[in-house]
Amino acid sequence: MKSLSAKWSRAGRAIGAWALCAVMAHAVDAHAQDATHPAIPDTLQQRIAACTACHGVHGEGTPESGFFPRLAGKPAGYLARQLKDFQDGLRKYGPMEYTVKQLSPAYMREIAEYFAAQEVPYARSPAPSVSAQLRQRGETLVTQGDPARRIPPCQACHGSQLTGVQPDIPGLVGLPYDYISSQLGSWRTKTRATVAPDCMSEIANRLSDSDITAVSAWLATRELPADMHAQPAGTVTPPLHCGVLGDKGDGA
Amino acid sequence: MKRVVIFIVALLLIAGGWWWFRGETRQPVPPSASAVNAATLKDPSLIAKGEYLAVVGDCASCHTAQGGERYAGGRVLPTPFGNIPSPNITPDGATGLGEWSFEDFWQALHSGKGRHGEFLYPVFSYTSFTKVSRDDALAIFAYLQSLAPVHAPAQAPSLEFPYSVRSSLKAWRALYFQEGEFQRDAAKSDAWNRGAYLVQGLGHCNECHAPRDSLGGQQGNTSLAGGQIPVQNWYAPDLSTQANGGLAGWSEQDIVDLLKTGQSARGTAFGPMAEVVARSTQHMHDDDLHAMATYLQSLPPRPAVVAPTAALDTRAILAQGGKVYAERCADCHGKDGKGVAGIYPPLDGNSSVNEPTGINATRVVLLGGFPPVTQGNARPYSMPPFAQQLSDADVAAVVTYIRQSWSNKASIVMERDVVKYRHTPID
Repeated sequence: MKSLSAKWSRAGRAIGAWALCAVMAHAVDAHAQDATHPAIPDTLQQRIAACTACHGVHGEGTPESGFFPRLAGKPAGYLARQLKDFQDGLRKYGPMEYTVKQLSPAYMREIAEYFAAQEVPYARSPAPSVSAQLRQRGETLVTQGDPARRIPPCQACHGSQLTGVQPDIPGLVGLPYDYISSQLGSWRTKTRATVAPDCMSEIANRLSDSDITAVSAWLATRELPADMHAQPAGTVTPPLHCGVLGDKGDGA
Repeated sequence: MKRVVIFIVALLLIAGGWWWFRGETRQPVPPSASAVNAATLKDPSLIAKGEYLAVVGDCASCHTAQGGERYAGGRVLPTPFGNIPSPNITPDGATGLGEWSFEDFWQALHSGKGRHGEFLYPVFSYTSFTKVSRDDALAIFAYLQSLAPVHAPAQAPSLEFPYSVRSSLKAWRALYFQEGEFQRDAAKSDAWNRGAYLVQGLGHCNECHAPRDSLGGQQGNTSLAGGQIPVQNWYAPDLSTQANGGLAGWSEQDIVDLLKTGQSARGTAFGPMAEVVARSTQHMHDDDLHAMATYLQSLPPRPAVVAPTAALDTRAILAQGGKVYAERCADCHGKDGKGVAGIYPPLDGNSSVNEPTGINATRVVLLGGFPPVTQGNARPYSMPPFAQQLSDADVAAVVTYIRQSWSNKASIVMERDVVKYRHTPID
């Protein structure tokens, strides 16, 4: 045990020395640059200015308007999948399709992991006030679903705290009302789709218009759990066949 | 009597018109009757050669739908005359090239006619592909026949009348299409000839890099002179050694770098060219890239562009543009417009900044984006989009500033142009 920790500490010193050299080399590099021109950091953050201009440097999004979605802390598999879906035209939004058009799977994965690793406090977004009855309907759909219309509860896939499940299922809490309701709408109008079988499209099409309002309002105004991280992988059994989850699930 | 003569003349004119415009018919050659035997088409070295040439020709780019099966067609190509979906070129019997012989394929690539002799729409660039040699065409055909067949029925084009009548292409072909393989110029080097063959033929560079007239045709004397790509609305710059908008100052290596990595000391590929680099040119052999550069560098510069004199006082616009530039652009592209080597492209002397329309600079400011991801530039630095952050007036001002600073001498960009390009569909 002792020798192992000694090994680690030697490794640590070596890494430290290497890092110092790297920093110094970088400083020299920076110095060599034109004095009028700030050095360009060799970081992913610097490379992905095309992403952060709208989604924020840490993927915080624009919670006040809900227009540019938050990316911070969403599971990496989910984010990488969205980039691929934009590339393939399954999700439709011109500026995103244009931006990701020529990216490689490896680069998209790296970008997804960057945003997945960001820790950003969650902000409250404006939500419409809905009747107590509609709020109740929202809570029922999220926690119990509507078996008569074959609507599974959101919790069945998105986790008991609705914070998502690693590595492919996003959280639903801490998102703006406008964002949630517009995504559910997009699944119905086919401007948001994913690999078949597209379970979320099936569910969105089973919801009524008022169900979408109810679910979105309830989720957007729910008290946030203390731990917003996604649940560990393998902790849910999806009730539907989902292409994005490798078609696991028992169907419904 | 006079009336009868007029009647007869009119009748003759109608009949003559019909005769001239009638479509041609041809019996397809079944593979069993082909002069090329089946064993030849299965030759692995011929197939490998064809695979490379299909990449050079970037066939997959048009013949693959977004997110679709490679070579199964279905990408809808927009033209000013209507939308034309590309056909399936996998060897599926019912919907692809499964029943095609090499003779049928050659007829399409070389003569721009379908199996039954029908005229093909020139959105299929047979105006360039006609220069491809028979040997190379055979290799490409062998490769396409080696693919796994995909069942993907062709969609019908949606064209306006009279373009929807294929025989109307007879007139178009008479005006704009010259059939014939590339002819070597014995006075030039092998590299020059290879480069010319690739640029003019399979590379079909001219299909974007030359102006099109109102009928979508190109005149021979404007070859590679640069042009606006219809509907897509990007400007493919002049590829001659023209100053202010052409390749003046580009070394052979700069051209090779751009085609191979998407980046060069002179500029970066974006928009439709990013796609060309990512899917096609980055995979080309170095000697072919050098050959293309050799040929392009031999193109004589066209007469110098007359520096436009603005009809209005631009001092206030330039001052505003300079302010926006200092705040938004200078950190990456430098106050001197020279960019950062290997990271951000220079704007000074950049052919896409100086092209005649201002479309490219305006749209890049609005859209931002990534250069192509290539083996030589696997994690490119990107540019933020400013569509959400800058007003039309600010975009016009900063683009005008960039186009008239340092050595650049291009025309101003108006606010109304920015409004237009803000709403151009993004393809």
